[in-house]
Amino acid sequence: MEPRADHLAFYIHIPYCVKRCGYCDFNTYTPAELQIQSSLEVISHDYIGLLVKEIEKSAAVSAAKFVPTIFFGGGTPTLMQPSDLGRVLDAIRKNYTLTDTCEITIEANPDTVTPDLLSQLRSVGFNRISMGMQSAVPHVLAVLDRTHNPANVEKAVLAAKAAGFDEVSVDLIYGTPGESMQDWERSLDAALVLPVTHISAYALIVEEGTKLAARVKRGEIVMPDDDETADKYILADNKFHAAGMEWYELSNWSKPGSQCQHNLLYWYGENWWGAGPGAHSYIDGRRWWNVKHPGTYKDKLLETGDPTHESEILSAEQREEERLLLNIRLPKGIDRSSLSVEQIMKLEPYLADGHLSREHWESGVVSLTQSGRLLADRIVSSL
Amino acid sequence: MPAIELSKAPQPSLTNPAQIRNFCIIAHIDHGKSTLADRMLQITEVVESRNMRAQYLDRMDIERERGITIKSQAVRLPWRSGYDNQEYILNMIDTPGHVDFTYEVSRSLAACEGAVLLVDCAQGIEAQTLANLYLAMENNLTIIPVLNKIDLPAAQPEKFAEELAKLIGCQPEDCLRVSGKTGAGVEELLNEIVKQIPAPIGNPDAPARALIFDSVYDSYRGVVTYVRVVDGHLSTRDQIQMMSTGVRHEMLEVGVISPEPVPSKGLGVGEVGYLITGVKDVRQSRVGDTVTTYVRPAKDQLSGYKDPRPMVYSGLFPLDGADYPVLREALDKLQLNDAALVYEPESSAALGFGFRCGFLGLLHMEIVRERLEREAGLTLISTAPSVIYSVTDGDGKELVVTNPSEFPEGKIMEVKEPIVRATVLAPSEFIGTIMELCQQRRGTLLGMDYLSEDRVEIRYTLPLAEIVFDFFDQLKSRTRGYASLDYEPIGEEAGDLVKVDILLQSEKVDAFSAIVHRDKAYAYGMAMTVKLRELIPRQQFEVPIQAAIGGKIIARETIRAIRKDVLAKCYGGDISRKRKLLEKQKEGKKRMKMVGRVEVPQEAFIAALSTGEEKADDKDKKK
Repeated sequence: MEPRADHLAFYIHIPYCVKRCGYCDFNTYTPAELQIQSSLEVISHDYIGLLVKEIEKSAAVSAAKFVPTIFFGGGTPTLMQPSDLGRVLDAIRKNYTLTDTCEITIEANPDTVTPDLLSQLRSVGFNRISMGMQSAVPHVLAVLDRTHNPANVEKAVLAAKAAGFDEVSVDLIYGTPGESMQDWERSLDAALVLPVTHISAYALIVEEGTKLAARVKRGEIVMPDDDETADKYILADNKFHAAGMEWYELSNWSKPGSQCQHNLLYWYGENWWGAGPGAHSYIDGRRWWNVKHPGTYKDKLLETGDPTHESEILSAEQREEERLLLNIRLPKGIDRSSLSVEQIMKLEPYLADGHLSREHWESGVVSLTQSGRLLADRIVSSL
Repeated sequence: MPAIELSKAPQPSLTNPAQIRNFCIIAHIDHGKSTLADRMLQITEVVESRNMRAQYLDRMDIERERGITIKSQAVRLPWRSGYDNQEYILNMIDTPGHVDFTYEVSRSLAACEGAVLLVDCAQGIEAQTLANLYLAMENNLTIIPVLNKIDLPAAQPEKFAEELAKLIGCQPEDCLRVSGKTGAGVEELLNEIVKQIPAPIGNPDAPARALIFDSVYDSYRGVVTYVRVVDGHLSTRDQIQMMSTGVRHEMLEVGVISPEPVPSKGLGVGEVGYLITGVKDVRQSRVGDTVTTYVRPAKDQLSGYKDPRPMVYSGLFPLDGADYPVLREALDKLQLNDAALVYEPESSAALGFGFRCGFLGLLHMEIVRERLEREAGLTLISTAPSVIYSVTDGDGKELVVTNPSEFPEGKIMEVKEPIVRATVLAPSEFIGTIMELCQQRRGTLLGMDYLSEDRVEIRYTLPLAEIVFDFFDQLKSRTRGYASLDYEPIGEEAGDLVKVDILLQSEKVDAFSAIVHRDKAYAYGMAMTVKLRELIPRQQFEVPIQAAIGGKIIARETIRAIRKDVLAKCYGGDISRKRKLLEKQKEGKKRMKMVGRVEVPQEAFIAALSTGEEKADDKDKKK
């Protein structure tokens, strides 16, 4: 698919959490870290003001007219007042035209959503919600340093449905230290009984600088080996498939027609604007990212009108690399005719070993099989 | 003051042999030879105090850092004797202190009439010192026993005086006691050298004969040849001739070292100095050869000349294949200064292009490698050292094998390997451990003697290949560093030796092949396959690692196929990071060597080759 030049998606970053989870290395801050004495309401109000400014700036820079998707991530977006989140959407509406099918997603912590909050979110325009479930097993959640009670997930999902969210997704994490295969299966089953249309399942990555990384380094907890993690992926994929959910990206599964459009747009190499501290943007081969700290972001945005930290202009070669590394993660894969003879020769052993789908190959597409998905990075790095 | 001002001292070329004393210092590494030499330079005032620096005579960085002398030196020290108040010229000939350089030591000794036997009186005599002492005694040198480091709190001069007295057959009270560090006793030592060591005797009217005891390449001056004149006279006007080859050279300069080179008119009987002839390669001016004049050549060569023969071979490969020409150039340059170094191009499927190099021994090998790396800025991989095998194949044809890859396939009639006579000196409490180690290494006990109540000398014959493996490391660790080792080749013996190959996915990896005793083949195969299983990253397919003798598999390990190589998450903000990671991985792949379909990181080769390689430097490094 060619990027739609007159389209621009939005990612809105909310860099606040009540508490930081031990495994998380996202750009997020607790009020204590920021040493802010103000109430959440005040923070919310002020911060949204900055986002609105950045959105207005985007309109001055970009020639795009239409917005196909908007995604609020964080952090914990639901810490902001729904009315404030609505102000962001209004700002986008004011400067662009939302497409008829515009997908507007919010990430939510199942502990902090209430029926009331959910209907307010619906009423300001959100039509898709993604709940951070991670696991249904308390000792796994404890290692992840998550605060929620597993029972809250079901309540939150049902409440979201009741509030009128047709598209509800949950996120799962596997490969947490101490998680057995049975634990993982329990989490999968717990997710699959929920009325969700979409599940993301990620293998836990120990990011440098996190509390989790420090514990692994000290030897307090031991990361599972890759073979076990591979088995967990296969279990998940099989179970999702049996439940009528198909993979549409390595770590994402959905019911037919319920793919997250915003996710897909990243992998298709379309244009998006990321607003907020540390957010990345990509337009026509240029990528940039904002300064990370909310304080610096505020100062820079207010002083210069531009919170950009750094940018890069991708060479043709880099764009091609990105095309391959992103497309290989999707079932539609890479068009074989776009590859050189050498590249195809390098892929042949993987085809022979069953890591590439023979059926797709014969119809001119390089598409990963289940075992191939687990080797995606290795396969793409051989190209 | 017993020192004599240089200009007033007896001049080179004109010095009466009766006024000359030629001596060397025999000492173990770190027993303080260089420090004692420093004090001698100071006391005789050939080096002004303000110009003094530690280990003054050690020329190369490596010598100074490792505290070992690789090449010898000869310094002319004027001295007024405290006994008769006469003027003398003391020529101090420094000797290399390592088993690899026994031949060079023997030539240095042949240039002297006496030797100072220097022993650290906190440690006692060590095996290599003993070997050199015996060499000196065979050369009929006068031995002056000296106990050094008497300033140390741990000094036991009485105990070691007994030991030395027993070894050389003198009285314990004949042992001088000095401290190279403080200078105590050094003046007395100089006087004793004059008193005890005989003056050189030669025929001044005979055709010139001078012994080459060292030959050093200098990038500005070409080869500097160190000689001791035995008969006749050499002067700047002479055309000289090397007696082993008959090759003629112009004499450009004659001089003495004091301790910087000082040109002179010539060198007379008994004198020690240097010659410069414009030769660019030390192989044209070899240690042990006799120099005579072209116009009036001597009839008989001085005895004892030998061509240096390599004992140990190893492949040297540049880590970066593009550095191959740099390595070649560096070896060419090094050879100018190292007549014992031999090499020829070698290509390895696993390691690429490099050189098969022959060395006098393990220390020589390490020094060469270190100099190549330091002086040419190279990073090198060296393959496991190998000795020289004589192999008779099924057709009765005899082959010389210095590289496992040359080992013939098929039927073998006989394999002979070099045997050495090894001497180990150690405290007697370690007799059991040392004998156990030597037995494990296919040794045969020759005998054992007590040097003193609690120190023994143990003699074994051992295959050199066993020593080249990690013998010295083992010896040191099993004796808590107290044992010292010396060995000399004594011939060849047939052994039940086989070649073990290592196969990755059924492809032979030449760099890992080894010739080992049949009884140890299994252990080698096991060790290597296990090590490689740990070192080689998992591939997307299963990789069998096998050890084989000919067609017979003796050990097998398997690297399981990798199943997961993917980062689960990839959102907008991750894409740049992911691309950069991918670029890095691709870069990393370029450093992979392909063995069939298997990608092996260079580091795995290095790590697999690095063990089993004796760390000869441990014994030579100062603490």
